[in-house]
Parts: sequence; structure tokens; C-alpha cells
Amino acid sequence: MSGGTQAAAALPASPAIGPPLWLLLELTYRCPLHCVFCYNPTDFARVGPELPTDDWLRVLREARALGAVQLGLSGGEPLLREDLEVIVAEAHALGFYINLITSGIGLTRTRIAALKAAGLDHIQLSFQDSTREMNDFLSSTRTFELKAQVAALIREFGYPMVLNVVLHRLNIDHVAEILALAEALGAQYVELANTQYYGWAWRNREQLLPSRAQLERAEAVTQRFRERVAGRMQIYFVVPDYFETRPKPCMNGLGSVFLAIAPDGIAMPCHAARMLPGLGLPSVRDADVRTIWYESAAFNRFRGEGWMKEPCRSCPERSKDFGGCRCQAYLLTGDPDNTDPVCELSPQHALVTAAVARAERSAQSPGGAREHVLIFRDHRTSIPVVTEDGGGQR
Amino acid sequence: MTDLADSVKPAIPSGLKLQWEPAQDAHVLLYPEGMVKLNGSAGAIMSRCDGARTLADIVADLERSYGLTGLAADVRAFVALALEKRWLELRE
Repeated sequence: MSGGTQAAAALPASPAIGPPLWLLLELTYRCPLHCVFCYNPTDFARVGPELPTDDWLRVLREARALGAVQLGLSGGEPLLREDLEVIVAEAHALGFYINLITSGIGLTRTRIAALKAAGLDHIQLSFQDSTREMNDFLSSTRTFELKAQVAALIREFGYPMVLNVVLHRLNIDHVAEILALAEALGAQYVELANTQYYGWAWRNREQLLPSRAQLERAEAVTQRFRERVAGRMQIYFVVPDYFETRPKPCMNGLGSVFLAIAPDGIAMPCHAARMLPGLGLPSVRDADVRTIWYESAAFNRFRGEGWMKEPCRSCPERSKDFGGCRCQAYLLTGDPDNTDPVCELSPQHALVTAAVARAERSAQSPGGAREHVLIFRDHRTSIPVVTEDGGGQR
Repeated sequence: MTDLADSVKPAIPSGLKLQWEPAQDAHVLLYPEGMVKLNGSAGAIMSRCDGARTLADIVADLERSYGLTGLAADVRAFVALALEKRWLELRE
């Protein structure tokens, strides 16, 4: 016997399609918040009716039978689904590890007790609305009290206290205060996730992208805090893709391990994939999960390397990053088959550096940020996607 | 960490789940938003870490189950690694 482990799932010897190990159910697009960086589709108000309980339960059974094992329940705000406990109980009986991703709004003692009894494994508490809510939070008003109560409940029910805070230009200079308040909430894990630019964040990019100096200051503050709380708290800092020179291996390649189901039953190989043109995403209302995962054109569209263009096609790193993010390629260049322009090898990398340069200029001129009006996620402002080159879709 | 006493009782920490996954033909350790696929020997050790059995019990059980001897050092090394990674914790 040897004591080694395979820390990451080994790549299969053949290019056979593996199971959808990660299942994300976006139970609803309804949400009490109006976040300017929400990745939900900007035309979410046009999305059809939500799946009824029985369909969600069927999706759980079908996905579990294929080997799905990590389950994310998100939205919108998943606590707005009154059948959340029923969904959790079925998922638990099937053997899923169940993660709830919530703003905490609506997480009462009664509700958390019921979710715990149903078998919920983990809660990630998010700070969603970091322009309105974060301002309240930083000024220690009612919002902080609400979060503190929810955080106390989470700890009381034996869950690790995990806090996710979305960063962008308008709040990144407050990282020290954010971390101090996270500590006051008893957070054991804090994810400081810089906004990535999809959905509502894409619409608001010119206002949200921080400058490099802001990013470096925030990282330095985080590092000092990390050293002080070592052993008690773990802090993760996620940099915006735009400041990288190589793309992320998005979803480990589309159609590789991740399956998301939107509130209306649309199945997606990435939670942002709804924006990609011509994918013809299937619905769990019309087909079972097995057929969708293995046979649908949409899920096979970006498998393997056949779809790649240069410079990815002949790049030795293509098996490591899979060409990066298809949604980012589409939003920035208008073509989802292009190399993710975050990569400095992309002939369109200048689209990214230009956006960063504009952020630098805005940071230097205090009035600059007012050139663009922030658009809050709201039914009234729900609109179709507009790409960098001005082209729309749908 | 390799100076673990024979009497320690390793266990899967609360919040983590170990289970056999037929689709992966392996034991997997599940934790918040992540998963470790264990190889055969790691799975055999971890599935015996129930907080009731001592390290000595686990070694004896493995040697009996697999008809082998001299596993103590390897098991101890793996348990030490798993403790470091917080895949296991020690119970009294």
C-alpha cells in the first residue's frame, strides 16, 4: 500500500465524456437585491416560468444517476423558493453534497433549522449589493445587524461561517474595513472575489473595473490581514480576469464537469452560457439530463479542441486552459470561438488592456466614474446582451 | 506529524463527507464546493476513520482485509498528510 492520493481527478485516457460532477440549480431569478454586478442574464425578466418542484426533483435524480455529486443551490435568492427544504431533502437522500449560496435575506431560525434537518451541508453567505448594501454595512447600520444575526445562526447550527464579498472599483478601497467586519461576524473563510464581467457587471464594466493600483493596495492589505489571523481565518483573493495575462481554464472546459440549470429549466454548460449566440440550449422540460449532457449539440459544441481557432489551436497551453472563457471571448470580440482576449497571445488582447487603461484614467480623475450611470439589476432595466462591438443578440 | 500515537482516533471532520461514487469508481471526499477523488489505498484508510477505531485498529484491519503485513508506516504517513490537509481530525 502507498499513502498517495490523486488530489485532482486524473484526466481520462480517452477523450470520453465524464459525468457532470458539479450541478448548479439556479432555482429562481427572483431576488430582493439589485446588484450592479449580478451575473444573471440582463434580460432575465423575459425568462419564462420557474420549474415546478417535481421537475427540480427529477433533475436531481437524473443528474445523480449520471454521477453528479456536488450540488449548488443559488439564484437569484434561493430562499425565495418555498420548496427549498423539499429540494434539499431529496438531494440529501440521493447523496449530494449540498451548498446553499445565499444573501441570507430570509434565513430565519425556523428556516435554517428546517434546512439543517433536511440535510443541507454548507452555507455560503454573500454580500450581494455592494453599492447600497455595502455602504450600509460599512457604516454599521441595520444591514450589519442583519448579517450579524444570520452569521450567528449559521455558526449556531454548526456550519462553518463562509463569507463571500464581491469587490469592484467602488468598494475595493474598503478591503480593510470589510475584513475587519468579516472578523467581527466570526467568519472562518472569506472570499474576496473581484467582479468578473458578465451579465449586469458587463453592462456596468466602465464603472466597476478597478485600477491596477487599487488592486495592488487591496492585495497588500489582504496579505497583512492574512498574516494576523493565520490559523483562525482563511482569506481568498480573486483577481479580475482582465489583469491576467493567461485565461482561466473556465469550467475545466465547457461540457467537462459542470452543469447549470436556469430557473426556467434551460440547461447550460456554464452559468453565463445563456448569452452565447446560436447554442440552442436544451431544456430539462423537453429532455432528460443524460440526453442533454451526452447528446445535445449545445453541450458538445465546445468539447475537445476542434472548435478552437488560432492562436489556441496550435498553442501548447490549450490543454491547460481550454482557450479560456467562451463568454468573455464572445462579449469582447463578438465570436465565442475566439481565444479569450484575456490571454496576451490573443490578437485581440488590446480590448482588455484598453478597458484596464480606461479604468486607470477614471481612477485618476475623480469625476470620471460619473461618465457612466450604474444600472441596477431590476425588472425595469432588464435588457438583451450587447457585446463590445455593439452587436446584440436575440 | 509522523509521531502519531497508535491510540489516536482519526475521523472525518464535520462538514466533510466521504462516500463511494460508482461513476468515478472511487471513494471521494466532499467538502464545501469541492471534492477530492481518492485512490484505492487512501479510500481504504479513510473509510475506516470513524472516530471510534484507533490508528492501531485501522492498521490491523487493513492488514487483515488485504492479507498484508507492515502497513503501519504507510498508514501513519497518509493519516499525517490527511490531518495536515484537514481531511481528517483526531477524536479523543
